[in-house]
Amino acid sequence: MNVKELQAIYVMWLRQMKRFIRARSRIVATIIQPIFFLFILGAGFNRAAIPGITGPYILFLAPGIVTMAILFSSMFAGVSVLWDKQFGFLQEVLVAPVSRLSIIIGRTLGGATTALIQGFFILVIALVLGVQVSSAFGLLLAVAMMILTAFTAVGFGLILASKLNDFQGFPLIMNLIIMPLFFLSSAFFPLEALPSWAKTVAMVNPLFYMVDGVRGSLTGMNFTLDPLINLGVLLVICIVVVILGSYFFSKSEA
Amino acid sequence: MDIIKTDNLTKKFNGFTAVDHVSFSVKKGEIFGFLGPNGAGKTTTIKMLTTLLNPTEGTAEVAGFNILKDKDRVRQNIGIVFQEPAIDTELTGRENLDFHARMYGMTKEKRKQRVSDVLQLVDLADKKDVLVKKYSGGMKRRLELARGLMHLPTVLFLDEPTLGLDAQTRRAIWEYIENMNKEEQTTIFLTTHYMDEADYLCDRVGIIDHGKILVIDSTGNLKSAVGNDVITLSCTNRKRLEEKLTEQPWIKNIKPHNSSLTLGVERGEEKIPAVIEIARKLNITINAISVRKPTLDDVFLSFTGRTIRDEEPEHPLKQLARIRSRRGSS
Repeated sequence: MNVKELQAIYVMWLRQMKRFIRARSRIVATIIQPIFFLFILGAGFNRAAIPGITGPYILFLAPGIVTMAILFSSMFAGVSVLWDKQFGFLQEVLVAPVSRLSIIIGRTLGGATTALIQGFFILVIALVLGVQVSSAFGLLLAVAMMILTAFTAVGFGLILASKLNDFQGFPLIMNLIIMPLFFLSSAFFPLEALPSWAKTVAMVNPLFYMVDGVRGSLTGMNFTLDPLINLGVLLVICIVVVILGSYFFSKSEA
Repeated sequence: MDIIKTDNLTKKFNGFTAVDHVSFSVKKGEIFGFLGPNGAGKTTTIKMLTTLLNPTEGTAEVAGFNILKDKDRVRQNIGIVFQEPAIDTELTGRENLDFHARMYGMTKEKRKQRVSDVLQLVDLADKKDVLVKKYSGGMKRRLELARGLMHLPTVLFLDEPTLGLDAQTRRAIWEYIENMNKEEQTTIFLTTHYMDEADYLCDRVGIIDHGKILVIDSTGNLKSAVGNDVITLSCTNRKRLEEKLTEQPWIKNIKPHNSSLTLGVERGEEKIPAVIEIARKLNITINAISVRKPTLDDVFLSFTGRTIRDEEPEHPLKQLARIRSRRGSS
């Protein structure tokens, strides 16, 4: 990879950062929503004794909300290639003497960065609210999983963007696929409460590994699988999705 | 030297032939225009020449590089202004140019130099730090022209450069295009369905219809082929008069319209009495008659048998796509 390609990756990333910083209302909206979840759900269920949860509910909830913030905003960053398609800007990018791979890398890095900024913001708030980190290694592990989550979700967004022609299908996919998967990810409640078929579904649900992994490594409590297993599974999922996303994107015509 | 050379360039979409075995060449430094109605295959040709679409058949060389085998080198050597706007409206004018320059691997000093050069060329230097979403339609177009020139391309493609702009802005854009051609020695390939645009800007014009090139020549030659003068007349029994006039050797060509006839002749003002005399003998009343210099409109009519304004309906799928994209962006 030569200097020209690196410069292209950098400028694709830079463009996303500039757009991110300028879209203040969007930042506020995407940060406020998880904060509401954290405060309202956290406070509402704080005294409730939910079977399968040890410690205060906020400890259980916070990792799920951090994951949610990253997940949704990365996916949106990936899908937002659709805007470029509709506003014609994608043509300007595709006609440049730069490999498709560099364009995808730049785009993915940009989307993941903006999502991680939001994720870390929520994480800091959670820490302020009293969530305690189990160990330095645990924190490191959690950060690694947040990064993998971001890349996976951007990749998934890119696949959606190459398959959809406009934004009309996006809410449908969010409500019909992503929301149920998120509810079945153990973000809000432990899976033990669910019937056994739902537990089986959870095992093929990538979102479960994200939430369980971040929770296990960050708080060291209430997790189902060993964080390192989650990390491994997430790594595989991430690689597959990013490769698929790149493939579909490179096939799409402006 | 030929900057663009195509050889039987063809593009088919699901059995529909958009561009049909097109062969032509464009010389270094000229302004070459593709003139044709909507759906004639102009944009598809540009997309193939700029490597955004692969041809179904045939090939082309742009700036000496093959559009299939050497895509990267072709891309490095061309600039393009798309038919639909293609700028990031959330960035400023300068940022859009800077983005472009980096994508084309320009060094920092060169970037700075070129940004201020091209902004000067299109008179946008004082608006460079304004977000593009606050630009007017004409300013956006000028910025796109400037961007097309950023990396000093050998050839600049302009797809309908003044579509949807008001008369005054169009005039200004034409002047910028002429300046680019003169000051930067950029070869320009443009498509248009405006006769006056092709007439004003182009050294040579190719008339394209239904994916085929009907004729390529300089605008002057094309017009004199029609006749040095054009007589337009409307009368009562058009068909009868047309038959009679066809027999006259001094009429170069004759085309019927809905209610009128156009005749290509030499020294038109001297021929009017003769035409009136013929009509009188046939007992046909001429309601109006005029003589004028030919335009590209007449050329187009004589090659296609219709005026460019009798546009055929758009391809249904394309129309659908357009409606969808409008709905989506609103």
